[in-house]
Amino acid sequence: MATATATNTNKSVLWDWLTTVDHKKLSVLYLIAGALFFLKAGAMAIFMRIQLMSPENTFLSGQTFNEFVTMHGTIMLFLAVTPLIFAFMNFVIPLQIGARDVAFPFVNALGFWIFFFGGLLVSVSWFFGGAPDAGWTAYVPLSGGEYGDLGLDFYVLGLQVSGLGTLVSAINFIVTIINMRAPGMTMMRLPLFCWTSLITSILIVFAFTPLAAGLALLMLDRIFGGQFFNPGSGGNPVLWQHIFWIFGHPEVYILVLPAFGIISEVIPAFSKKRLFGYTAMVFATLIIAFLSFMVWVHHMFTVGIGPITNSVFAIATMAIGVPTGIKIFNWLFTMWGGKLIFNTAMLCASSFVPTFVLGGVTGVMLAMVPVDYLYHDTYFVVAHFHYIVVGGIALGLLAGTFYWYPKMFGHMLNEKLGQLMFWMFYVGFHMTFFIQHILGLIGMPRRVFTYLDGQGMGTMNLVSSIGAFMMGAAMVVLLINVVYSAYTSKRITVRDPWDARTLEWATTTPVPEYNFAQTPQVRSLDPWFYEKVHGDGTMKPAEPMDEIHMPNGSILPFCIGLGLFVWGFGMIMMQMENPLIPEWIVIGAGVIVTFGSMMLHSIHEDHGYHIPLDKIKKTEKEVS
Amino acid sequence: MSDDLSKPFSKSALTHEELLKINRERKIQIAAFACMIFLTLLAFIAVAMDMIAPGFTIPFILLLAVVQFALQLFYFMHLKDKDHEWPNAFMLTGIVVSTPALIALILLLGVTKY
Repeated sequence: MATATATNTNKSVLWDWLTTVDHKKLSVLYLIAGALFFLKAGAMAIFMRIQLMSPENTFLSGQTFNEFVTMHGTIMLFLAVTPLIFAFMNFVIPLQIGARDVAFPFVNALGFWIFFFGGLLVSVSWFFGGAPDAGWTAYVPLSGGEYGDLGLDFYVLGLQVSGLGTLVSAINFIVTIINMRAPGMTMMRLPLFCWTSLITSILIVFAFTPLAAGLALLMLDRIFGGQFFNPGSGGNPVLWQHIFWIFGHPEVYILVLPAFGIISEVIPAFSKKRLFGYTAMVFATLIIAFLSFMVWVHHMFTVGIGPITNSVFAIATMAIGVPTGIKIFNWLFTMWGGKLIFNTAMLCASSFVPTFVLGGVTGVMLAMVPVDYLYHDTYFVVAHFHYIVVGGIALGLLAGTFYWYPKMFGHMLNEKLGQLMFWMFYVGFHMTFFIQHILGLIGMPRRVFTYLDGQGMGTMNLVSSIGAFMMGAAMVVLLINVVYSAYTSKRITVRDPWDARTLEWATTTPVPEYNFAQTPQVRSLDPWFYEKVHGDGTMKPAEPMDEIHMPNGSILPFCIGLGLFVWGFGMIMMQMENPLIPEWIVIGAGVIVTFGSMMLHSIHEDHGYHIPLDKIKKTEKEVS
Repeated sequence: MSDDLSKPFSKSALTHEELLKINRERKIQIAAFACMIFLTLLAFIAVAMDMIAPGFTIPFILLLAVVQFALQLFYFMHLKDKDHEWPNAFMLTGIVVSTPALIALILLLGVTKY
């Protein structure tokens, strides 16, 4: 209600976080949830590397190894990296475009909770007869009703639910970037992170819908006796591969484009130069996004589709190298002649460039059909995509963490521990994955839980495992850094600790809940830098100081997420041998909670509240 | 201020010109609807009549489908209107991205069974 202004100042902390619709708090929730899933999937990777350390090791059974392989891939892609990029997108986009919040704060919270409960649904599979074990691609017939166990039902329904959350958030980001830009922030003045986030969100809308359709078909096959993928009844198992990769290839770009965006923010900030070739960067991003939908068959070269199709998709795949090359050179030219500052963020960002080139080069190698018959399903592929996702995305996320941490939490991360983490991670990463190229070339297949002695793979696997332990240790150092810095780092009171360029650094630290007391007037690309050099060092306001309209928090997003979790769990119970309670009760409860909460949101009127002028003035005086 | 948001309005805030424009819009919508019903009828007739050869029917109803699609987008979904550049861009993107994928899938799964 508009009149109830200051009543919500003393609610409990837990309730505050469960009901928050503030993009900055949701970003922290995304960060925590993503980090937890990341640690879980990382621990699985460590276990797998222990198993592969020596020939014919018996540390893990083959079944457990399969479950770890599947869950490592599934969690990393859907439940770890996606929320981590969403954390940065949530925090940075409204600040960079000069908005008070995202376009639909309620939907933002809804996206987080649906994602979170979907992730939980995939994760509880461990307690009900084992995790999914058909690889993160879940190819039929291995994942179909005949061979796949209960774990695959958790995979199908959990990803269906969490995919809904991702879609919802993506639509929100698109609307935010298109409609909520501050006056003067034209599309061609949009910071590159916002551009890549916009493109990523568009890719999510176009790519997660085929995934949802594919998962629905698989669910119908598994739970309701459908025959879409059963060739005996006229179905076609290759259909799943097509649908999955029509989603799966853009998914890679969904994850890597925001990392590109982070790199494009960090490198100019620590080179003290504007980004080289901004326009070319924007159009390169657009072309990459377009091409990402035209190349899915390169994952299926060995299916036997035929030479003409394979050639067409091979050429389309190689074409992606061109816009990516444009980006690489633009980053190099941004650094060229700049006043470089090598702190942890810049170390991660600048080392991203050569590492990503290595991943790209092996990508073009894999795109050549005749040799792909040799590379297919070997460790060469594993090495290639880990160079993209760890050397590209993980380094980008680390750079973003160190870069935006002072804005998000009000203090910096410790530099010494940060650089220690970087060097351990970087050396460990190359040790782990470079040697896997060679392992692949001498013929070690992926997704196998052991190998024989005397095949010449023992030493290289040992080196790879030692590298993996180093990366694990680096992540422990990062965690120690987070705790250590929280206690020892100096609170930051200045707006702009890095002397950076974009609008998020024009806000006070800590950022007040309304972000900008007055919407800023943007006069140039890199508006904050422009005002520092050509203006008086403050953003020109685009509106007079006035009351600020804010949305109320709501528990309903949490309830809708919980309802979908219960509903999905009920659907899985239909497959269980002897569930404790009838599955229809569980499904019914889930449906009632989900749609009941939606109904409640529709009929309950909530116009938000206003922050009065004197309170804004007081807050502004306190923080500046 | 915002407490009054849910109360009904006693009088329309639209000007005379705006009301005229809405009426014109309504007429256009009805005309487009009638047109689309007519196109659907043509499609049904083409399929149902034995004297029309399938060699003609299939391209003919595909053509009708394209026309229907355009009418649907531009008239029912207002893509022809002012300030619809972003929706236009997104619709176009969707069409450009999905058409090659659909054609490829039809050829691969429908013709060669891969």
